[in-house]
Amino acid sequence: MEPTNIFDPNYFHKVVDCQWACPAHTPVPEYIRLIAQERYTEAYMLNWDSNVFPGVLGRTCDRPCEPACRRVRTEETPVAICRLKRVAADNKGDVTAFMPQVPTEKNGKRIALIGAGPASLAVARDLLPLGYEVHLFEQDKKGGGFMRSQIPAFRLPERVLDEEVDRILDMGVHCHFGQEITSMKAMMDMNFDAYFVGTGAPRGRDLELKGREEVDKHIHIGIDWLSSVAFGHITEIKGKVIVMGGGNTAMDCCRTSLRLGAESVSVVVRSAFEVMKASEWEKDDAMREGIPIINNRPPKEFVHKDGKLQGVLFECVTPVKGEDGRLRYEPSGEPDVFIEADHVLMAIGQDNHCPWIERDLGIEFDKWDCPTLDEVTLQTTNPKVFFGGDSAFGPENIIWASAHAHRAAISIHLFCEDQDLIADRPPEGVNLISTKMGVHEWAYDAEHNAASRHIVPLNEEKTALTNIRVEVELGFDQVLAEKEAQRCLNCDVQTVFTEILCIECDACVDICPMDCISFVANEDEEPLRMQLMAPADNKEQDIYVSDVLKTTRVMVKDEDVCLHCGLCAERCPTNAWDMQRSIVHVPQLGSYAE
Amino acid sequence: MTFVAKPRVHHPKLPVNEIGLTRRDYEGSVSTLCAGCGHDSVSAAIVQACAELSLPPHRFAKVSGIGCSSKTPSYFLNKSHGFNSVHGRMPSVMTGSNLANRDLIGVGVSGDGDSASIGFGQFAHIVRRSINMLYLVDNNGTYGLTKGQFSATNDKGSTSKKGVPNLYEPIDLVSSALQIGASFVARSFSGDKKQLVPLIKAALMHKGMAFIDVISPCVAFNNHSGSTKSYEFVRDHIHNVMDADLIMTHDEVTADYAEGTREDVSMPDGSTLQLYKVDADYDPYDRVGALNYVQRMQEKGEVVTGLLYVNPDAVECHDIMDTVSRPLNELTEADLCPGSDTLAALNQRYR
Repeated sequence: MEPTNIFDPNYFHKVVDCQWACPAHTPVPEYIRLIAQERYTEAYMLNWDSNVFPGVLGRTCDRPCEPACRRVRTEETPVAICRLKRVAADNKGDVTAFMPQVPTEKNGKRIALIGAGPASLAVARDLLPLGYEVHLFEQDKKGGGFMRSQIPAFRLPERVLDEEVDRILDMGVHCHFGQEITSMKAMMDMNFDAYFVGTGAPRGRDLELKGREEVDKHIHIGIDWLSSVAFGHITEIKGKVIVMGGGNTAMDCCRTSLRLGAESVSVVVRSAFEVMKASEWEKDDAMREGIPIINNRPPKEFVHKDGKLQGVLFECVTPVKGEDGRLRYEPSGEPDVFIEADHVLMAIGQDNHCPWIERDLGIEFDKWDCPTLDEVTLQTTNPKVFFGGDSAFGPENIIWASAHAHRAAISIHLFCEDQDLIADRPPEGVNLISTKMGVHEWAYDAEHNAASRHIVPLNEEKTALTNIRVEVELGFDQVLAEKEAQRCLNCDVQTVFTEILCIECDACVDICPMDCISFVANEDEEPLRMQLMAPADNKEQDIYVSDVLKTTRVMVKDEDVCLHCGLCAERCPTNAWDMQRSIVHVPQLGSYAE
Repeated sequence: MTFVAKPRVHHPKLPVNEIGLTRRDYEGSVSTLCAGCGHDSVSAAIVQACAELSLPPHRFAKVSGIGCSSKTPSYFLNKSHGFNSVHGRMPSVMTGSNLANRDLIGVGVSGDGDSASIGFGQFAHIVRRSINMLYLVDNNGTYGLTKGQFSATNDKGSTSKKGVPNLYEPIDLVSSALQIGASFVARSFSGDKKQLVPLIKAALMHKGMAFIDVISPCVAFNNHSGSTKSYEFVRDHIHNVMDADLIMTHDEVTADYAEGTREDVSMPDGSTLQLYKVDADYDPYDRVGALNYVQRMQEKGEVVTGLLYVNPDAVECHDIMDTVSRPLNELTEADLCPGSDTLAALNQRYR
C-alpha cells in the first residue's frame, strides 16, 4: 500500500467517527472536553458555531454520532453525546458577547428565505455577519418550523426553542411572519438577489383504505395533528387511539395522545420492530410510558358503524429475510386482528410539497416533487434559487438542515460575489497540534475510563404523563455530565507516526491494549489487513500505513478500535509516535471561530 | 517509565486459548523500564509464547536476580509464583524451587551482569546440573541501572555512549552454555518476535536446561552508533541459522517450507519440535560444531541467532539424581514415614 496521506483533511476526520457521522461535522470530542472542564459556555459556542441549535439538538437530535461512536466497537455503548450537548446548553453563561458582529452598514445584497425552519434560520445566521439584508417569510406566527409544530413540548420546551430561534432573529432578520406563501413568482417579482427555500416536507401521507372516507373526521394526519396541538388548537383526545406508523412522528403522536387524555393508545406498525424508522431511544421512551408497539400488522380496513369509527382491521404477516438481506412480509396465516379505536393518527411518512412554486420559473422538479439540485451547492436549475433542509432531498432532520444551510450560505455568498460555486468554495483543512506537554504529560485526559454509559434522570412519571408541557428528561446534572464526558475516547487526538524517528523497538506494539499497531512487510490492502496483530476486518475503518522503514517493513495501524490512550506515544523512546489534536476545518461562512 | 496504566479493555476479537484465556491474561503489571527497552519486548514474547502454549499461569515459577532484566518477571504472568532473589543468585533459588516442586514450569530471567559477572559461577553450575527450566538472559551489554558501564558481555572495541572503547574480551554466554552442557541453546533478538516467540515455546517444553541469550538493546545507554548491541547493529549483523517452533498436538501445521529444510523432532510430552534450517549446512545436534561455528562467526562480528544446539534426548537433574516423581508438597506422611518394617529392611542392607 501507498503510505497514508495524513494531511488529507478527511483522513483524521474519519477517525473522529462522531464528527464524521455528524452532517454538520460538529467537533464532538472538543466540546465534550470543555464540558468535562465545566467550560459550558465555550462548549455551547463550539456547538452553536457548527450546528446552530445546540439546546434544541441536545434534546431532539437524531444522533447519527452515537451509533458511530468508537465506544460501540470497543465495548458496546456509545458516549451519551446528545445529552452532553444539552448539558452545555443548560449550564452555559451569557453568550451575547460571543455572538458574531452584524455590520450596520449592509453590503447591498438582499436575500429571501422562505420558511422559518432550522434550515432558513441557519442560512440567516451565516449570511447576516457578512452584511446581507435577510428577509424571512413564514406562514406561522412564530419561527422554528417543524421544531415548533411537530416536536412536542415534553421533548422540547418552548423556552429552549424560543431562545435559539430569537437569537438568530435578533441578529437583524426582517421577519414576514403569519402570511401564507402562495406564489414563488410573487416572491421572484420582489427581486431579491437570491432565494433560499427551506419549507420542509409539509405533507403527511394518507392511506387509501376501505372505509377511509366514511370516517374522515376520526382520522388525523400525524404531523398536522401535532402542529394543532403545538399551537393550542387541539387540547385533548378522548377514547381509544391507534397510531399507525413506525417513525419518530408516530412516537411523538402516541406519547402526545397519552398526555392529552386518551383512554388507551397503541402503535401499530406494518413492518418488524427492528426495521422501524424510529430511533431506538424514542421507541424505548414510548414503551416505557406503557404504550404497546404492535408489529407486522398492515392495516386492511377502517371498520365503522353509523358513520362512527369502531376500529381498524389488521392483517397478520411474518417477516422473511430474502437473499438480499431485506425483509419481505408473507401472510402468517393467523386470522385478521381487529383493534378498537375512536381515533386513528396516521404517521406513515411525509412528502415534499411545493404547489406554490410555479413550474415556469426555471426551477425543475423530479417525479417525487423534489427540486433538481446540485448536491454540493444546493442550487436549483434557476441559479438564483437554493434549497435546503427537508425541502431539498426529502425528510431528514434538524442536524441535516443545519448542514445544508452552511453549504447553501456559502453558495449564496459566492453567487452574490459572482464567483464560481464549485471552484471558489473554501477548501476543507486540518491542523495537527501536539498534545505533548512533558515527558508523561498530555494536554488531554489520556487514561481510558471503563465506566458504562450513564442513564439520564427522568421526571416523575405522574407529572410527566399528565402535562404536555413538562419535559420528560431532566438531563444530566454537572456531576453526571462530568462522569459521562470522561467516557469520551478523545478520538480527535490522533496517533501521528514519524518514520525517520522510529528504531523499530516494538515498544508500541507491546503496549497497545487493542493490538492496533503492527510492523509488517508491505502488501496490497486486502492481504495487509489480514497480516496484522489483530486482523483489520472492519473495512469501514482505514488503516494507517507508514513509509518504508529501515528493516524494509512498514508500520500499519488499524484505526478501528484505537482507544487514543496515548500509550504508544508514552512508550516510544524516540517520539516517533506523538498524540496530536486534529482540528478539522469544515467550510462555513461567518463562523465565529474565524 | 509509563504513568498511564494499560487499560484492561482488549481487542474485541482477541483469541482465547485452549484453557479459556486471552494473551492479555498472561500479562503482568505495567513496566517501569525505560520506554523502548528491549526487555519489554522479551516480556511480551514470553506472554505470547505462554498464551499460545495454553499453559496455566499459576503453574509457573518465575525467578530472577538483580538488574533491569530481573525486574521483568513482574511484567509477565501476573498469576504465577515468583521470587526476586539477590544479585546473581537466581540459579540457586531456581534449583531449590525445581527440586522441591518439579511440576512447576521454571522460568529464570537474568541479565548480562547478573549471569556473566556476579552470578557467573551460579550460571555455570545450574547449566551443568541440567535443571529443567528456561534460563533466559536479557543481554544488553551494559549496566543500565547504574548508568551505562560496560558489562562482561560487551564486545571489545564497542564504545560507551560517550565514545570510550571497551578494552576487555567479552564473555559469550552461548559459548559457555554449550561448553558446560546445556541441552538447548539458542540466541535471539528482542526486536524479532517472529523468531523469539517460537524459540521460547520450544525452550519451555524442552526437558532439561534450555538457555536463550536474547540480545536486548538498552535504549538509554547502549543504542548508539559505536555499540554492537544496538537495534541497528544487531539488525545489520544478524545471521540466523535455524528457526525452531513447537507444535502442540492440537495445533494446525501451517508453515510451508522448502523440501528438505524442515525436520520434526518428537518431544516427550507428545508435542513436536520443528526445526527449519535457514542455513542448510548447519547441524543443530552437533555441540562441538555449534561451539566452533558461534566462535568463528563472532570473530567476524556476526551475531549468530536461532536454535544453535538441541539434544532432544537430554536428561534433567531429577533423572540424574533419581528423585521422587512427585513434588515434595504432595508427599504424604505415609510416603515420608514408610514404617518400621521399611526401616528394618533398609538397615538390613548395611549389616
